[in-house]
Amino acid sequence: MPSLIDLLLEGRPVQQHSPWPRAVVDASVWTFAASELAHGRWSLLGLWGEPSTVHMAIMDGHTAEVATVSLDCPDRAYPSVGKHHPPALRLERTINDLFGLSAEGLPDIRPWLDHDRWAVRFPLGNRINAFSKASPYHFLPVEGDDLHQVAVGPVHAGIIEPGHFRFTASGETVARLEQRLGYTHKGIEGLMAGANLERAVQLAGRVSGDSTVAYAFAFSRAAEAALQLVVPDRAVWLRALLAELERLANHLGDIGAICNDASFALMHALCSVLRESILRASHIAFGHRLMRDIIVPGGVTRDLNDEGREAIQAALDNIRQRFPALVELYDNTASLQDRTVDTGVLKPAFAKQYAAGGYIGRASGRSFDARRTLKYPPYDALRFEVPVLNEGDVNARVWIRVREVEQSLLLIDQILDRLPDGPPGTHAGHRREVREGMAIVEGFRGDVLVWLRLRDGRVERCHLRDPSWFQWPLLEAAIEGNIIADFPLCNKSFNCSYSGHDL
Amino acid sequence: MRKLLFESLFRRPFTEQAPSPDDAAVTELATAVGRAARRRLGRSLSIREVDAGSCNGCELEIHALNNAYYDVERFGLRFVASPRHADVLMVTGPVTKNMREALERTYHATPNPKWVVAVGDCARDGGCFAGSYAVVGGVSQVVPVDLHIPGCPPPPNMILQGLLALLDRTADHANSI
Repeated sequence: MPSLIDLLLEGRPVQQHSPWPRAVVDASVWTFAASELAHGRWSLLGLWGEPSTVHMAIMDGHTAEVATVSLDCPDRAYPSVGKHHPPALRLERTINDLFGLSAEGLPDIRPWLDHDRWAVRFPLGNRINAFSKASPYHFLPVEGDDLHQVAVGPVHAGIIEPGHFRFTASGETVARLEQRLGYTHKGIEGLMAGANLERAVQLAGRVSGDSTVAYAFAFSRAAEAALQLVVPDRAVWLRALLAELERLANHLGDIGAICNDASFALMHALCSVLRESILRASHIAFGHRLMRDIIVPGGVTRDLNDEGREAIQAALDNIRQRFPALVELYDNTASLQDRTVDTGVLKPAFAKQYAAGGYIGRASGRSFDARRTLKYPPYDALRFEVPVLNEGDVNARVWIRVREVEQSLLLIDQILDRLPDGPPGTHAGHRREVREGMAIVEGFRGDVLVWLRLRDGRVERCHLRDPSWFQWPLLEAAIEGNIIADFPLCNKSFNCSYSGHDL
Repeated sequence: MRKLLFESLFRRPFTEQAPSPDDAAVTELATAVGRAARRRLGRSLSIREVDAGSCNGCELEIHALNNAYYDVERFGLRFVASPRHADVLMVTGPVTKNMREALERTYHATPNPKWVVAVGDCARDGGCFAGSYAVVGGVSQVVPVDLHIPGCPPPPNMILQGLLALLDRTADHANSI
C-alpha cells in the first residue's frame, strides 16, 4: 500500500506550507489519489478550489498522516474525484459554482450553492455577470408504484436554519430523501480574500455560530502555522477550556432537543437548564455566552480570572450533580427508547467512506477524533477517552454525546487544575512573504478544517470546511426506510450545520 | 422519571431563583413584556422565526428564550410553526440572496396586522457580511422592519427587552389613531 509520503514524492513540494506537507501534482497522481480514496485506503478531508487550482486534503487513518495535493488546471478542468469517490460530489459541484472549474466525468453537474440569485457566476473565479433569475432545480427522479413527494423548506416549522428536503415516500416510509442546501450561503470565503487577520478571524467565528470557538480555534491555528508563531502555554490551555465548554453546552442542548423531537419534553426542559448554566458561566468567565471573538491568532483576548474560574466550577458541579439522573431517565424510559433505538441507522461502512466526524462517525464505528488522532496541544497532555459505538442509530448518537459530556467535564477539571501561568497571548505580527497554513480542530460536531494562504499580513485565500459536508449526505442514507415522522428525530441526532456547510 | 417529576413539584422554579440582579432583571422584563402583550393583543403574541442566512448564533439565543430561566410562554409569547399563525416575524441573518424570496413569501403569508423584528447585527445592515456578492445586506432591504435588536448574538434578555419596546411602540401607535 503506498503511503501518503510516496504520493507527495511524485509531486513538487510547496515549501511555505505547514505543518503538513503540500505538493503540486499532475493529473495522473491526482487520479491515483482519487482511486485510493475510492478503495477506502485514505480518507478525504477536504477538496477546494482557487481560480485555476484545485486542492485535495487527504488523511491516512492508520498513520494519522495528513497531506494536501494540488493540481493546476489552466484549462479550467480537472479529473473528477467524485466520479470514483462520492463524498467529493457536492464539493466538486461547489468548486464549479464558485470558481468555474469543472470536474471532468462528474456524474452530477447540477449547481449546488449557486441558486441563480447572485447576479454573478463564478464569484471567486473569473466572474461573469448573470441575470438573477432562478431556474428550476431538477431533483433526482424516483420511480415506483404508489410514491408521493413531500417538499419541506427552506423555511421550516421550528427555530432552525433554512434548507430544503424533498422526500419521496411510499405510504409513511421514506423511499428517498434528497437535500437541497445553499440557502444560507453568505460568500464568507469571498469576504476572507484580502481581509487582515483581525477581520478574518471574526468572519471565521461566524461561519457556524454554535461552533464559533472551534472555528476561531482552527483559523488561529492555521494562521499561526503559516506564520510559524508559538502561542504562550496559557493561551493554548485556555483555548481547550473554551472548546470543551462549547462542546458541553452543545451536547447538553442536543441531548434534550433529540428527546424533544420524540415528544419527551421533560428531558429537553432539564437539559436546557444545564446548557443555560454553561452559557452563563461562559459569560462570566469570558464576557460572551457563546465565547465569540475570544480566540484570535496569537492567543486569547481575555484571560481567566478567579471569578470566571469559580463560575465555571460551579456550573460543572451543578451538572455533575444533576446530569446522572437525566441519563438514567433517558435509559429507563422505554417509550423514548422505542423511538430512538434502531431509528435512522447509519451503517459503519458509510461513516468510513465519508470519513464522517464527530458523534455521527463515532456512533457508527469510526473512532476518529482530531483531539486524539492528531494530538494537537494541549490535548496531547490531557487524559480522556474517545467513546465509540457501532449501532449507528439515534440512540447511539445520544449515548456518544452523553459520554462526551462526561469526558468534557473531566477535561475541564484537568485544564483548570493545570492551567499554566503566563501571558494569554502574543502579538501575531505579519510576514511579507507568502505563507500557507492548515489546521484541523475537533468541534462539538466533528473536525473543522481551515486552510489559508497569507500574503503581506492579509488573507489571500482561506477555505473553511465544516464537518457537515461529510455528514449531510449520510442523513439521506440514514433516513431511508424510516417513517417521515421520524425525520426530525434523525435530523436532530445528526444536527448538521446549514450555515457551516453553505458558508 | 417519577422521582424527577416529584422533585420538580417541590423545587422552586428556576425563574424565581433570582440571586443575582441579572436574573431579577430578566423576571421583571418578562413580566413587563407579558403585560404589554396582553394589553395590545389580548392573551398572546405569536412569533414566527425566520432564519434568513444567519450563522445560527441568534437561533441558539432565541431557543434559550424557551428554557426554564426565561420561559417566555408564561406570558403568552409563543413561537409558532407557520407564518399564517404569526403576529410577529422574527428575522435573523444578513438576508442571503438565496433566502430573499423565501423571506418575502413568508412575510406575505403572515396576516395583518404584523410586525417584523430583525435580530442580530447582521440583520441590521449585513454586519460583517455586508458587501458580499451573496448577501442582500439587512432585513429592511427586503421587508419593512419595525425593530432591530442589536447584538452578535443578542442574549435572551436583550431579545425580551426588544419585544417589550416593540409592544410599547405598537400600543402607542394604536392609541394615536
